[in-house]
Amino acid sequence: MIELQNITKRVGQFTHIKPTTLTLKAGHFNVLLGETGAGKTSLIKLIAGLDPLAGGTIRFDGEDVTRLGTQKRRISLVHQFFVNYPHMSVFENIASPLRVAGMPESEIQGRVEEAADILQLRPMLGRRPSELSGGQQQRTALARAIAKDSRAVLLDEPLANLDYKLREELREQLPELFKGRGAVVVYATSEPEEALLLGGETALMQDGQVVQFGPTADIYRQPATLSAAQVFSDPPINVGDVVKAGDTVRMGAATWTLTGAAAGLADGPYSVAIRPHHVLPVAEEGATVPLEGEVIVTELSGSETSAHFRMATGDWVSLAPGVHPYKVGEAHRFYMDPTHCYFFAPDGQMVA
Amino acid sequence: MRAKHLIPIVYILFLMLPIYWLIAMSVKTTNEILAGFTLFPQDFTMDNYVKIFTDPTWYWGYINSIIYVSLNTIISILVALPAAYAFSRYRFLGDKQLFFWLLTNRMAPAAVFALPFFQLYSAVGLFDTHLAVALAHTLFNVPLAVWILEGFMRGVPKELDETAYVDGYSFPHFFGKIFLPNIASGVGVAAFFCFMFSWVELLLAKTLTAVEAKPIAATMTRTASSAGYELGLLAAAGTLTIIPGAIVIYFVRNYIAKGFALGRV
Repeated sequence: MIELQNITKRVGQFTHIKPTTLTLKAGHFNVLLGETGAGKTSLIKLIAGLDPLAGGTIRFDGEDVTRLGTQKRRISLVHQFFVNYPHMSVFENIASPLRVAGMPESEIQGRVEEAADILQLRPMLGRRPSELSGGQQQRTALARAIAKDSRAVLLDEPLANLDYKLREELREQLPELFKGRGAVVVYATSEPEEALLLGGETALMQDGQVVQFGPTADIYRQPATLSAAQVFSDPPINVGDVVKAGDTVRMGAATWTLTGAAAGLADGPYSVAIRPHHVLPVAEEGATVPLEGEVIVTELSGSETSAHFRMATGDWVSLAPGVHPYKVGEAHRFYMDPTHCYFFAPDGQMVA
Repeated sequence: MRAKHLIPIVYILFLMLPIYWLIAMSVKTTNEILAGFTLFPQDFTMDNYVKIFTDPTWYWGYINSIIYVSLNTIISILVALPAAYAFSRYRFLGDKQLFFWLLTNRMAPAAVFALPFFQLYSAVGLFDTHLAVALAHTLFNVPLAVWILEGFMRGVPKELDETAYVDGYSFPHFFGKIFLPNIASGVGVAAFFCFMFSWVELLLAKTLTAVEAKPIAATMTRTASSAGYELGLLAAAGTLTIIPGAIVIYFVRNYIAKGFALGRV
């Protein structure tokens, strides 16, 4: 268990990490989700002890490690770039932390081979990292991380620089790799989809701050704030300004009748957010509120079609299964499912 | 086709001519050299070399030179390594100015420093020691070594340092076991340039020594005897001074290309 209490990072005048309090548990993935520059890497470096804290305390399993050097924290770290020791063989790369720890040779042999087997590196053990493909290089870095008895495994976008297929493959393997090891696994990513696939708990980060933390599926379904909803959506979530009066809501030319929790809100202005896959090109069960828009961009990605369309109130995105022939520049009527709308008060807090 | 080959051949001959002439002179007698123009030695002799290798005033010149050049190279690299690491890894107040100031040390001619060094070393009893010359040469070699090493170190990503710390390496352990092997070619190039500068520098070496640490170049300038200059002997000594440099160049030639690619040579 890693407990971060009010940890802060400052560089000169700039605050990179605002006071952050988090408890990260072992046994599942702890995902740090945020865009580039949100502070994921900074937070990971603070946990690793690579950057100085401006304030706060860090505890590993109750032990205060705030003043403990990186070397003594018993952690593993995998970078976004493939970082291995270029002058050592793959075997020596994986064995390196074990050798530093002074483990007997026979045990090192066993551990390295075990890690190499899990990550399918057995035939490459004698090679240098530069003779490996990108995926193999990153697997070497992962093998080094799992061969060691770590209290925390920090993965800083480890799949970001791999091609699509390798990424899928390794991502499926990842939860297996760390199962039953008792280490706290922290995984930084900028892709909401990755967070959902890895499950566990997610901390949404924005501007050096954790805006929401909890079980991944819960935060996805119940974003606490408008910015949390925006971070955790890809393609970006649709946001519109609405005015509620009685049980109807008006957004530009569109109106609909409220049901459920939103019906109980006080009258006044709100922001609504709705995920693109609840805005469809044809009226369907549930998707009943018509939105008039002009198609500006369309993308067909395999089995899904997305369309960016312009309304008087702003640009929205629709994401629908199947192939839909749009014409750019043409007016089109989209339908949204009002039961999937999130309502946010003007201060950004979710209200319904 | 022929003309295409002719140009480099002529160029190489042109470059090699002085070296050939030096070597040819070294195996001639002084009389033959003074007698006139001969393309090939008429009266082949190894006497000049024999004299250098048997006369202590001659071979000690080489030994002295090699001692202070090696000493200088070691000191320069040992001092430059931590400095270059700091410049490549940390931002601190005035770092860029300090780096530039370091390089400006190379802009002054060596002669400027000859007198102060002479006075200082005489005062502290360092005059006519190998260490005196080695230390004087660090004034020029440390900035150069820092500059070359910094370029090579910058090419090593900071993530490598971080990975090593995470793996449990202490800083000295990391530096020796992980970092140095990765900048080995940079150390080679820097050592080469330190060696070459110190090997060919004459003025400081001559000013700061008298008998005990007299370098070969100084020995060579003092061969005027009543019979005039012994030209054959001088040529043989000159030939021998080329050899250490040639050997060092042979070993670092590939690294130097890498240094050029980094813009640091």
